[in-house]
Amino acid sequence: MLRDEDRIFKNLYNDIGSDLNSAKKRGDWSNTKELCDKGREWIISEIKSSELRGRGGAGFPTGLKWSFAPKEVGSRPHYLVINADESEPGTCKDRDILRFEPHKLIEGCLISSYAVNAHKCYIYIRGEYFNEGQKLQKAIDEAYKSNFLGKDACGTGWDLDIYIHYGAGAYICGEETALLESLEGKKGQPRLKPPFPALIGLYGCPTIINNVETIAVVPSILRRGAKWFASLGKPKNTGTKIYCISGNVNSPCNVEEEMGIPLKDLIETHAGGVIGGWENLKAVIPGGSSMPLLPKRICDTIKMDFDSLIAEKSGLGTAGIVVINNDQDIIKCMARIARFYKHESCGQCTPCREGSGWMWRMLERMAIGEASRDEVNMLMDVTKQIEGHTICAFGEGSAWPVQGLLRHFKKEVEKRNNFNPLINTKKKIPYLIDQHLLEKKNA
Amino acid sequence: MLKLKVNNKDIEIEEGLTVLQACEKAGVEIPRFCYHEKLSIAGNCRMCLVEIEKSPKPVASCAMPAAEGMNIKTNTNFVEKSRKGVMEFLLANHPLDCPVCDQGGECDLQDQSLFYGVDKSRYKENKRAVPEKNMGPLIKTQMTRCIHCTRCIRFATEIAGVPELGAIGRGEDMQITTYLEKSMVSELSANVVDLCPVGALTSKPYVFEARPWELKKTESIDVMDAIGSNIRVDTYGWEVKRILPRINEDINEEWISDKTRHACDGLLNQRLDTPFIKYNKKFDKASWKEVNNIIKGKVQETSSDKICGLTGDLTNMETLFIFKEFFNKCLNSKNLESRNDHVYINPEKRENYLFNSNINGIEESDFIFIIGSNPRYEATILNARIRKAYLNNKTKIVSLNNVGDLTYPYDFLKGKTEDIKEIIEDKHPLSNIIKESKKPLIMLGQSVLASNSGKYIFESIKYFLKKNGKINNEWNSLNIISENASTVGSLDLGIFQTNDGSNEVLSNLENHKYELVFLLGRDNLGFKKKNEFIIYQGSHGDKGAEIADIILPGSAYTEQDGYFTNLEGKLQKAYKASYPPGDAKEDWKIINDLAEVINNKKLFKNKEELESSLLNNLNLMCEKNISKESTDLKDLIFKNEEIKINNIDYYYSNSIARASKTMFKCRNEKVKLEATGTED
Repeated sequence: MLRDEDRIFKNLYNDIGSDLNSAKKRGDWSNTKELCDKGREWIISEIKSSELRGRGGAGFPTGLKWSFAPKEVGSRPHYLVINADESEPGTCKDRDILRFEPHKLIEGCLISSYAVNAHKCYIYIRGEYFNEGQKLQKAIDEAYKSNFLGKDACGTGWDLDIYIHYGAGAYICGEETALLESLEGKKGQPRLKPPFPALIGLYGCPTIINNVETIAVVPSILRRGAKWFASLGKPKNTGTKIYCISGNVNSPCNVEEEMGIPLKDLIETHAGGVIGGWENLKAVIPGGSSMPLLPKRICDTIKMDFDSLIAEKSGLGTAGIVVINNDQDIIKCMARIARFYKHESCGQCTPCREGSGWMWRMLERMAIGEASRDEVNMLMDVTKQIEGHTICAFGEGSAWPVQGLLRHFKKEVEKRNNFNPLINTKKKIPYLIDQHLLEKKNA
Repeated sequence: MLKLKVNNKDIEIEEGLTVLQACEKAGVEIPRFCYHEKLSIAGNCRMCLVEIEKSPKPVASCAMPAAEGMNIKTNTNFVEKSRKGVMEFLLANHPLDCPVCDQGGECDLQDQSLFYGVDKSRYKENKRAVPEKNMGPLIKTQMTRCIHCTRCIRFATEIAGVPELGAIGRGEDMQITTYLEKSMVSELSANVVDLCPVGALTSKPYVFEARPWELKKTESIDVMDAIGSNIRVDTYGWEVKRILPRINEDINEEWISDKTRHACDGLLNQRLDTPFIKYNKKFDKASWKEVNNIIKGKVQETSSDKICGLTGDLTNMETLFIFKEFFNKCLNSKNLESRNDHVYINPEKRENYLFNSNINGIEESDFIFIIGSNPRYEATILNARIRKAYLNNKTKIVSLNNVGDLTYPYDFLKGKTEDIKEIIEDKHPLSNIIKESKKPLIMLGQSVLASNSGKYIFESIKYFLKKNGKINNEWNSLNIISENASTVGSLDLGIFQTNDGSNEVLSNLENHKYELVFLLGRDNLGFKKKNEFIIYQGSHGDKGAEIADIILPGSAYTEQDGYFTNLEGKLQKAYKASYPPGDAKEDWKIINDLAEVINNKKLFKNKEELESSLLNNLNLMCEKNISKESTDLKDLIFKNEEIKINNIDYYYSNSIARASKTMFKCRNEKVKLEATGTED
């Protein structure tokens, strides 16, 4: 259990108020100038030694990312872009930060912009977060009024302007390069990498893109020291993390906890346990819908951090935990997720455009038992053909949940779809039958 | 230089290449759909995946820059599996309608699925169907076949400069469309048909006409404009079925204009296939013997200074040369003219009527000044080069007139001769810009040379550029945009009569001073016939044939070998792909036979003799350098007037295009004429 004094987001449930004064009481904006005065190198090295990993899903070390930006500003300006396009099903952490802790984010923007030499910071919010965007805008206005933003922001001598940009509701725009395209006013489609945005990003200028949560924890890390942050959690998986627990639990919630907390503890203590008791648990999606699910057997012991989950062929992702109990049809659940990915594929590159729909259709048939036995293996093959062959990580995102299903519940799928297409059963599904094979006698 | 390995073979390549290009240098073929040398990199088909050592995932080779020490593998199981996977996805929703698809036989998807795909489909769902789109009279769509490579979109936005093609929708539902279901307003639009790797965009006029392997392919030269685009003529028997571009990096790169490509159906209509004689305002069929004898009689009863010959816009140089010989030797007349209207020329030097900076030079130029021309319609391919220069180098472009959308932004002046005067007298801001540019490029169009101030503008601009050292051995910034395929060739052969640059023959003709007029494929003549006896030789029954008293049926450019000099002065040869219809003969032969009738002696024994004689003559003409003092500026008379740009009817600019149904449809589309349904 995380001690209360170690919590970073003290107003996660809006108990204390989200306005500037309340935020100041919690310690925000207290010594921003002094933190910046220690210099860029200090900030970046402090973040590096805190071993903070990006909270957006991929878990890339933040300090390292910042150090990729050119040290000196050349002919092109630098930009900081905050990714608040939180669209991953099962994830709602950024929303509460935007609503209840906007000043943590804004202060983080100032310090991070200073660290990466950016005078302009864009916050890309998903279009559905309109009210959250309004709240954030209010907070930004407050900060401007108190001279925490604008010219000579917060007395640091650094000029910073923050702009909010609303997305139009596309999941793919949460991918960093698609986000940049969308921000530039184009169709949200991921760019080819390399070049990476740290060198050629928004409008062709060096751009650092970070998740809301990553930026919001930066001031607290600097204030309380990298050592403190690194002391929480496990090596290389340090600090605290907001977990979003939803699905078949008694009380779904967002909760800030230490990295590496056992999944069972998290669900039992904070979310009121699985509906029908722990024994009724079927599977858990540990990191938002794009991560492979884990069956109960693994959930009993798994610890919630990047590396432990990777060892189980899943991932922490955005830490959006979706609990699925035995009352649910797991194949149907995955078919629904596959449908989501089919709907959200941007359509730019072939494997994802054609594969995501194929997977969904097969899963829909599997859910009602209309697929044949060998199609189960074929589905796995299709996921493998998508994974790693695409421009962005969406390919993995759409293939992994299906792979998770087949990895852990293959028997269940096969049980339901256990017929051979070549045998003349009385099932009337002509499109499943290879006509030319039927003509052979021993087919 | 970078050192890297491709399939364990060491190669060295220059920097800045992609992995795909490196593999090509190593002689390894990489399958691809979306990648195209002339377009930006999209990297979305994923067909070009290769394995690079130390990279856990396969890498799209078209988008990955090659780096020192890379170890690229293209023949491993890993790569094969990736390719098969991508191929399976591409074919998943692609209809297997190859037997009824026009792309069949030259389809990238067909070829590559044979080499890199699996022979059996595992996709058992229903295939996607996509509604067809209207993309105008040239492009037939079958969007169900689309594999979303986006080549067409990139071509439209980058090369053609009309952002009218795009993708709407997302994922599986992504569709390529001209957002408003209208035709592409571009003179390069049909190139997307060549670019499309599958049968989604095919040629509408060519639909279900022939299979590629049935066609005879002849490499040739285009005559629709003065660019001299390199083309391939595909024929099926006598019919020219289609025209495709050939790659020539110095001229048309890989593109041809819509007129070049689709005017070819005009070769089938309105053809003159037998000699005609006009009796009582009606044409009667006649034999060659009859017409030749009538002409002989006419020639004998007319004094030689009352005879004139006008040559046309599509005539090849052999014919022009023999025509000149015919006039000089058989008719003893020098009244020959090739110019359409009263265009000023200064024939002292060849440079005075050429595009001296070359088409490639456009990309090197740092400042472009267009005077009295609309290059988009006068020289489409050249205009695409200007756009390329603008995109790559941000070249500043200024035009004297506002000529509408040129597909790139440009500044324009008042459109008056006054502007030119100010520039020459260093009173205009442009004077300094021209002086300071290293390689300025000044283009003079036919419109300005045909105006009253043509002489003034040409000579003063030339004087100004010379004075400031912009015409030297390395760079000649004075450029003339010729309009027609035979313009430069005719001038090279000296088919004009002038003392001071004016068009004397035409003036005399307009004043009805001639009695016998010989029109050699000349159709663009704005002249009212009075008592002249007119002989028309040409391939199409068009404006020239209408006023003729005798018609000699000739051949079109695809039906005879012939040289053409393009606007840069490059001599290129067009080859015979088909043969003239009916009794029609090759143009040079008609003249040769006529000479035999009149003089009892052929001018040339055969085509070879004519050709070698022509080339000798050309060399003599080019070497001849009249050392005359350059025109003094004081002699020039300045008159302030507005320069008007000739309104070119792009789709109707020559007799072949006017006979083409496709061009008619394109023109209708453009002028938004309502189709009545009775055109066909």
